[in-house]
Amino acid sequence: MEHYSMNLTLKVWKQQNASAEGNFETYQVKDISSEMSFLEMFDVLNEQLIHDGKEPIAFDHDCREGICGMCSMYINGRPHGPWHGTTTCQLHMRAFKDGDTVVVEPWRANAFPVVKDLVVDRSSFDRIIQAGGYVSVNTGVSIDGNAIPIEKDNADKAFAAAACIGCGACVAACKNSSAMLFVSAKVSHLALLPQGNTERKNRVMNMVSQMDKEGFGSCTFTEACEAVCPKEISITNISRLNGEYAKASLASDKQ
Amino acid sequence: MLDSKIPAGKLEEKWVDYKGHCKLVNPANKRKIEIIVVGTGLAGASAAASLGELGYKVKAFCFQDSPRRAHSIAAQGGINAAKNYQNDGDSVFRLFYDTIKGGDYRARESNVHRLAEVSVNIIDQCVAQGVPFAREYGGLLNNRSFGGTQVKRTFYAAGQTGQQLLIGAYQALERQVALGNVQMYTRHEMLDVVVIDGKARGIIARDLISGKTERHFGHAVLLCTGGYGNVFYLSTNAMGSNVTAAWKAHRKGAFFGNPCFTQIHPTCIPVTGDHQSKLTLMSESLRNDGRIWVPKKQNDDRKANDIPEEERDYYLERRYPAFGNLVPRDVASRAAKERCDAGFGVGTTKQAVYLDFRFNLINKYGRVEASKLGIENPDEATLVRLGKEVVKEEYGNLFDMYEKITGENPYEVPMRIYPAVHYTMGGLWVDYELMTNIQGLYALGEANFSDHGANRLGASALMQGLADGYFVIPYTIGNYLADEIGTKPIPTTHEAFEKAEAAVSDRIKTLIGIKGKQSVESFHKRLGKIMWEKCGMARNEKGLKEAIVEIQQLKKEFWSDVRIPGNINEMNTELDKAGRVADFIELGELMCKDALDRNESCGGHFREESQTEDGEALRHDDQYMYVAAWEYKGESDWQLHKEKLEYEVIKPSQRNYK
Ligand SMILES: Cc1cc2nc3c(=O)[nH]c(=O)nc-3n(C[C@H](O)[C@H](O)[C@H](O)COP(=O)(O)OP(=O)(O)OC[C@H]3O[C@@H](n4cnc5c(N)ncnc54)[C@H](O)[C@@H]3O)c2cc1C
Ligand code: SF4
Ligand code: FES
Repeated sequence: MEHYSMNLTLKVWKQQNASAEGNFETYQVKDISSEMSFLEMFDVLNEQLIHDGKEPIAFDHDCREGICGMCSMYINGRPHGPWHGTTTCQLHMRAFKDGDTVVVEPWRANAFPVVKDLVVDRSSFDRIIQAGGYVSVNTGVSIDGNAIPIEKDNADKAFAAAACIGCGACVAACKNSSAMLFVSAKVSHLALLPQGNTERKNRVMNMVSQMDKEGFGSCTFTEACEAVCPKEISITNISRLNGEYAKASLASDKQ
Repeated sequence: MLDSKIPAGKLEEKWVDYKGHCKLVNPANKRKIEIIVVGTGLAGASAAASLGELGYKVKAFCFQDSPRRAHSIAAQGGINAAKNYQNDGDSVFRLFYDTIKGGDYRARESNVHRLAEVSVNIIDQCVAQGVPFAREYGGLLNNRSFGGTQVKRTFYAAGQTGQQLLIGAYQALERQVALGNVQMYTRHEMLDVVVIDGKARGIIARDLISGKTERHFGHAVLLCTGGYGNVFYLSTNAMGSNVTAAWKAHRKGAFFGNPCFTQIHPTCIPVTGDHQSKLTLMSESLRNDGRIWVPKKQNDDRKANDIPEEERDYYLERRYPAFGNLVPRDVASRAAKERCDAGFGVGTTKQAVYLDFRFNLINKYGRVEASKLGIENPDEATLVRLGKEVVKEEYGNLFDMYEKITGENPYEVPMRIYPAVHYTMGGLWVDYELMTNIQGLYALGEANFSDHGANRLGASALMQGLADGYFVIPYTIGNYLADEIGTKPIPTTHEAFEKAEAAVSDRIKTLIGIKGKQSVESFHKRLGKIMWEKCGMARNEKGLKEAIVEIQQLKKEFWSDVRIPGNINEMNTELDKAGRVADFIELGELMCKDALDRNESCGGHFREESQTEDGEALRHDDQYMYVAAWEYKGESDWQLHKEKLEYEVIKPSQRNYK
């Protein structure tokens, strides 16, 4: 792998707090190594800003391994930037070349208000989980783990859906700011397993209703979410959610 | 003075007996009792959910924007449990034995046995929650092997086990939030414990969005705040992982146990340059299928695939034939360092060794798949293709991660790996009930020192975190709170709260008022360098003494020259970081002091003065068979208390993995 170094122009969203107006600021960064991660490039920029007596840019991050779902930058018009199936923290600078201009914004959605600069409030996702994204089982069950055999294919599909990191890129990419990919991933994870079976009807109804309450838009199946999802969550999960929802509505109609 | 409260009786009956006799709090009284849980990783989320289910009023805190993002989410390889589903001779005793031996005989027998006992319940609990563990074609749970054991007892979900377990605990927690039993405070950082009449009665926390400090009362306080590996700056821990909560408790009187016991993990992606902000783990589970080697020739510049088989030194298999690539982490890390120091390292920096999957890709998986498909005499390309499919399913995300970071495809060329700081066995000293020496203040998960002795075996931190939260604390806390049912909530106008909050605010004002020239990050990097060089994989008296002086100097410089831009009453990530780095600096000094005191090698703690002829760690049980519990006396001043370790069942011997 050839390594190289580059100079870049960055246009970054600055916003002091939730109620302030924001605007783009332009910065120059020099001698960025192609081996750096995108966030390490931001570290360099922030060190430079601090050195110059300015305030650094606030951004969310923690694991820097693509798993916590905390990082959330909208890079050149795409959540998490140009690489497929990759979070912002796993994006590396070899994706860019000397002289490039990179525009960085926060997630934009009514249900994700900006907290500061590139940091947004995603607590709406937690509230959707509170509405039903769990199996109601208290600590201390005594059923042996192997007493519930699960067909490998279903287990694998459930795992693939459960891989969602709750980052919100799907919402940021969607022109309607719909959270359907996120919600369907959780509904699918639990609907595909026998453990989730008992509550599947209420779960889907309640989670969808909470999603609407939070101000996420409706899904018009543009597939933009799947294209940017860092965990490659499939939109077949949305179809599964729709099926679950239809069945649940029908069942509640009959009552 | 140190009472570990180990119940009397036979080892295998202690926990059962304890549960049968501990005091209980009745449901009506539980509703009147408030518990503060700081941290919502595996330990904290499982504790908060379980205590909420029991009916206590719980307040839970984390500094991330959601409990689902705690550092536990990043755990990759798996979680141990003595289920013996593989029928390969596993048992509670064997898990107990392996953990004690793996920890180089520096852990309490009673705690570790309890851990092994409840390990089986954890798996049942997680399955019931819908955690999608890996399964075999028959639909039953699958297992893999981890280092330091000869059985397959590790449950996993590809390379994302921590994520799946944490999501399970998080969902249980959010269910309790929905039911009103738990109140969740995200983007909040605990900055002090409030102690009234010798008992923990609450915390001071800072809202990281508004910058305001808050007071919170609790009848008991649980610290589930994770490990302190980031004292080394570069580690596999998440960027935000820090020691602040534990350190504040320490300064308020809680003893710090075995601070120098840190784990250096053998298989991480090597450092590439000064810009490096963290290191990425390549799970130990990869050692199931990857073989570690270096060239037999020094300074061999050929590409890995151009070096013929007979010119490769599979040094772990050579030195440790019985365990081979699956020796414990401390052993594997030192062996890698030894080879690199001797000039056999690979890659541009020569600080790396190879982890190679080709052999098993072809011979283990490729051949099985070919035979399943009835392909006779398959050629190598076919075997590689078939083997890849299986390896992808087992570790796919790890291979992708490696490729994203390095730009190299590990299916084609071997991974380059090197040891990195990973986990801290040390932590707040706790007794059998997980209570620190401050009444009503508990420490769970990586934040306590308890179960791993001087070296943690792979896949046992997840087990311990969940054991503490789901199955231990719900019992042991009742034993304390039963006597607290008459205690009315103490108003946070109490003088102790006022004083604690004032101290927290003063410190923040002092920090931001320094207005020096150097960034927080630059101090953190310098601390990390001192720690890595002098209190890292190999330690000696001279280096440790130098480190202590250097750290004291760094501390002075920090408090006179750190630059924190921005204001107090707003989101200010530099200010958050400054407080954490200030605590790391103090901790660093204590770690060196502890390492200096322990003039023996054990587990991850390697004193160059104490090694066998062939370079293995040499313990001195006659002098150091104790837990070092340090009491804070003032700036740079600590008193050592020793908890003697008694081995009643296992006879300590020199560890042998040959
Ligand atoms: C890359 C990696 C892979 C690993 N893989 C494995 C594995 O395969 N198997 C295994 O057994 N172990 C593994 N480990 C170790 C294991 O993941 C950790 O030891 C374990 O998850 C720690 O859990 P915890 O609940 O104690 O703490 P954490 O998960 O670190 O949680 C800490 C919590 O405390 C909160 N917190 C901290 N300080 C404060 C404060 N001052 N105020 C408020 N909140 C605070 C944080 O917000 C967070 O919620 C791995 C570790 C790493 C780094
Ligand atoms: S579905 Fe994908 S994009 Fe949406 S929150 Fe989950 S991981 Fe992120
Ligand atoms: S920082 Fe955790 S996913 Fe990017």
